[in-house]
Amino acid sequence: MTRTLVVIGHGMVGHRLVEDLRERDAAGTWRVVVLSEEPHAAYDRVALSSYLDGKSAADLSLAGQGFLTDPAVELRLGCSAASIDRTARAVTTTDGDELRYDALVLATGSRPFVPPVPGHDLPGCYVYRTLEDLDAIRREAVEDQPGVVVGGGLLGLEAANALRLLGMRPHVVEMAPRLMPIQVDEGGGQVLAKLVEELGLQVHCGVATQSIDAGPHGGVAGVTLGDGTTVETDVVVFSAGVRPCDELAEPTGLARGERGGFLVDDRCRTSDPRIWAVGECAAVDGRCYGLVAPGYSMAEVVVRQLLEIGDEPFPGADMSTKLKLLGVDVASFGDAHGSSEGALEVVYANTANGTYAKLVLSDDASVLLGGVLVGDAGAYATLRPLVGRELPAPPEHLLLPAGSGVDAAALPGDAIICSCNNVSKTDITTAITGESLTDVAGVKGCTKAGTSCGSCVPMLKNLLGECGVETSNALCEHFGQSRSELFEIVRATGIGTFTDLIRKHGSGHGCDICKPAVASILATLGNGHILDGEQAGLQDTNDRFLANMQRNGTYSVVPRVPGGEITPDKLIVLGEVAREFGLYTKITGGQRIDLFGAHVEQLPAIWRRLVDAGFESGHAYGKALRTVKSCVGNDWCRYGVQDSVAMAIRLELRYRGLRSPHKVKAGVSGCARECAEARSKDFGVIATEKGWNLYVGGNGGFSPRHAEPLAADLDDELLVRLIDRFLMFYVRTADRLQRTAAWIEAMDGGIEHLRAVVIDDSLGITEDLEAAMAEHVAGYTDEWAGVLHDPAKLSRFVSFVNAPDAPDPTISFTEERGQIRPQPVTLPMPSVRGESEEVPA
Amino acid sequence: MTTWQPVCPLTAVPPACGVPALVDDDPVAVFRTSEDELFAVGNIDPFCGAGVISRGIVGDRGGEPTVASPMLKQVFSLRTGECLDDPAARLPTYPVRLHADMVEIAHPC
Ligand code: SRM
Ligand SMILES: Cc1cc2nc3c(=O)[nH]c(=O)nc-3n(C[C@H](O)[C@H](O)[C@H](O)COP(=O)(O)OP(=O)(O)OC[C@H]3O[C@@H](n4cnc5c(N)ncnc54)[C@H](O)[C@@H]3O)c2cc1C
Ligand code: SF4
Ligand code: FES
Repeated sequence: MTRTLVVIGHGMVGHRLVEDLRERDAAGTWRVVVLSEEPHAAYDRVALSSYLDGKSAADLSLAGQGFLTDPAVELRLGCSAASIDRTARAVTTTDGDELRYDALVLATGSRPFVPPVPGHDLPGCYVYRTLEDLDAIRREAVEDQPGVVVGGGLLGLEAANALRLLGMRPHVVEMAPRLMPIQVDEGGGQVLAKLVEELGLQVHCGVATQSIDAGPHGGVAGVTLGDGTTVETDVVVFSAGVRPCDELAEPTGLARGERGGFLVDDRCRTSDPRIWAVGECAAVDGRCYGLVAPGYSMAEVVVRQLLEIGDEPFPGADMSTKLKLLGVDVASFGDAHGSSEGALEVVYANTANGTYAKLVLSDDASVLLGGVLVGDAGAYATLRPLVGRELPAPPEHLLLPAGSGVDAAALPGDAIICSCNNVSKTDITTAITGESLTDVAGVKGCTKAGTSCGSCVPMLKNLLGECGVETSNALCEHFGQSRSELFEIVRATGIGTFTDLIRKHGSGHGCDICKPAVASILATLGNGHILDGEQAGLQDTNDRFLANMQRNGTYSVVPRVPGGEITPDKLIVLGEVAREFGLYTKITGGQRIDLFGAHVEQLPAIWRRLVDAGFESGHAYGKALRTVKSCVGNDWCRYGVQDSVAMAIRLELRYRGLRSPHKVKAGVSGCARECAEARSKDFGVIATEKGWNLYVGGNGGFSPRHAEPLAADLDDELLVRLIDRFLMFYVRTADRLQRTAAWIEAMDGGIEHLRAVVIDDSLGITEDLEAAMAEHVAGYTDEWAGVLHDPAKLSRFVSFVNAPDAPDPTISFTEERGQIRPQPVTLPMPSVRGESEEVPA
Repeated sequence: MTTWQPVCPLTAVPPACGVPALVDDDPVAVFRTSEDELFAVGNIDPFCGAGVISRGIVGDRGGEPTVASPMLKQVFSLRTGECLDDPAARLPTYPVRLHADMVEIAHPC
């Protein structure tokens, strides 16, 4: 029998509850109706601020296709619950519908609290909770004008950063004597204020907001503070805490907690056995939780009851937080304020470099109770799981950067490693050994650890090590080094051949893993043509014959068509060559034309025709730059704001031939409509009125990923310089077969670190990176022309050494839709190597 | 009786490389390792039916001289022809020798 569950509120927790229920309810015993007051399906509110920093509403959405098309789930957007009739077991919506329920879950979240200061409701006053709030703030923001945020807590600082991103000069007013009073202590607050002021924020602590003052136009014109200071501003954002949305409690006859919220027991049950409350609106045993992780645990508690698979109580919550606000690390965990009886504190403060750390210890200094870190939160991942445990090392050792202080072995099995997803050390080690996981990605996939805030990732690495998994980056049995280490060895020593490298730094004779990797490194560092001398034998399948091998042993030919722009004459040449050599012709997904079915011995003749007509290698075969896709741009398109075609051609010609750890693709769009799909590329460029926005780390393929914003409003020259640096840094430091997205993800500090390196020059290497790219650009020559001019290289393009023109008897074609097609041979599915090694496209 | 057929001069097979040859209409892949040892195996990849083995990368696995198919990368022993990733598959092997700087292959009749 199917029963009906009504969920009021489609926020983060309501969504998780429905998702979790649907995942476990294979038999479909529940039909679900979800009411969402907001006009959008649930979105990642935790990441709300990124909506002003390049992410779109679609990026933030939590509801995937599977959810939206699930026949067992009915989602009503822009529809609120107006009242609940417990006797009839029905919810009346604001549209006037009546929905009968067998079970009801309240997941209404909270609303920002706006203190009743005079003028708090003037036009120009905002809160910071929904996409609509941010749209309104974005519309109102004026560059270089002051903006005022009332409230200096975690969210207040996020709001202040949002104003900063919009070009405003933010002031933060906090009644308490320090910023983030809930998370950090006095000392931490001081360091934080100093760091934040260096970023251009004006901090007013220990003062109240006395009034919001109207101007002649009737909207906000200024703010008056308790100490008499006035700030002229048109924009005020209130971020003074939240209040649970519990208006439905009273008319329904449900109890409220002392400080608001639907009062529930530790199973999230209200006094009505058919009604539960979860998330920020729930007062579990009287207490509300303002973080998402406890909400997720509550959702799980309720799902278990609905499906009758368990009755475990809400486990309580770890209120630890680590965040990067305005680029400043702040973390607090456990008993951060030392309020336990007899608690001792150990404090390390370094005002010179702006770091502060405090550990709270038990009265005999043996057990860690909590702590606060500001400026550098590197030790957070190791310290948080140690809360409530015997200290494994002297406190000062624990504060060393992550990993160096304590090793994972020191942690007991039930220590929670990932607090976002409530995953213990034992959960992780069991998964590693049970599922034979070999890397962090595997652990993430299997346990969900590390998939939210990411701060536990360093510990995941340690645990892999503890389980005996060689996370050593050894390339293969012949080289103990990683690709990036080998790159540095070759760069530093100037070794120019594989033989030399394996003799001095490896063992054995090499294999199909190390040889192509080394070939790519040698090519990046400019060691002549890739088929020169012994290099030929190192190249992977496709590079070996500068063409892509097809399933029947023939090859495809893909000449470069920079930016997808091609003259009619060149198009005609392609058609003629294809007709003459009997090749199958197809437009690729990369805006160029692929000619398939060439015998190896035909390749030189085909390419001679193409090179004579002005074509060159398109490197469709190489781990190298593929295409820079382009839209038509402002020459033709009525919306275009920059010349995307010219820029795409410039970039494609600049980086053509650059050998890299994996293929590199790019796109340039002439406006935000993004017809070139630039954000699905390794680097993507999107035109703005003022110049170009640069995005990095996108790809399609097996795990599609949108590129993230790196820098905005760049002029042509700065754009090219930043891409130079980005690509060279990637080429030097990525692992073999690691695309840019995975490379950035694996980087300590992720995109922030990347930004620091390529924009702020935190490693002092940008000049070197640019010089290396300049060398690449100057040294570029067409690989196919290089073959045609060299008899020794040409001599390898034969069907048989002793019968150079005899056709290979294994190759034959049939016809389909007027073109050739390989005689079908059944290929076995994926190769014996787990990983897809094949390069192209 | 085995008859040796000259296939090509040694210089046509660079070290750590392979070349394809036709021996009595059979496609054969001739390899020279980086230590100048010669091997000859069938050129047709048993996993896909394409004549591509000679274009694979030559190397070693735990000291055993190998070639990896360029198609789906299964690794074969050059000595025995056995597929090291899937013992059910193997390449035929052919006797090979160097005679007056010519590579010669014997086709078993
Ligand atoms: C020809 C083409 C399909 C087409 O007819 O449109 C193609 C064909 C192949 N792709 Fe592709 N891909 C082609 C566009 C794409 C695109 C679309 C694009 O570039 O806009 C994608 C998704 C975008 C991306 O890469 O981020 C794409 C993602 C892949 C992937 C997955 C990459 C990943 O990171 O997950 C592979 C497998 C790999 O590289 O390991 C792949 C591999 C291949 C291989 C090499 C498969 C193989 O092993 O033989 C195909 C060889 C083609 C050949 O022999 O010429 N192809 N491939 C396209 C050539 C584009 C070009 O002009 O160079
Ligand atoms: C800017 C920002 C940053 C944050 N950062 C963090 C962080 O770093 N870490 C962290 O843990 N938490 C963070 N939070 C808090 C986190 O977003 C919340 O804890 C979480 O969203 C709570 O989920 P919820 O489903 O309970 O409530 P919500 O996500 O608020 O969802 C409740 C939904 O119910 C709807 N609703 C209300 N009443 C009705 C009704 N009568 N009928 C129908 N629908 C109704 C609301 O419109 C809303 O859409 C942040 C919040 C903000 C705003
Ligand atoms: S991205 Fe913009 S400029 Fe380019 S074609 Fe599309 S709408 Fe036109
Ligand atoms: S602690 Fe946040 S993802 Fe693990």
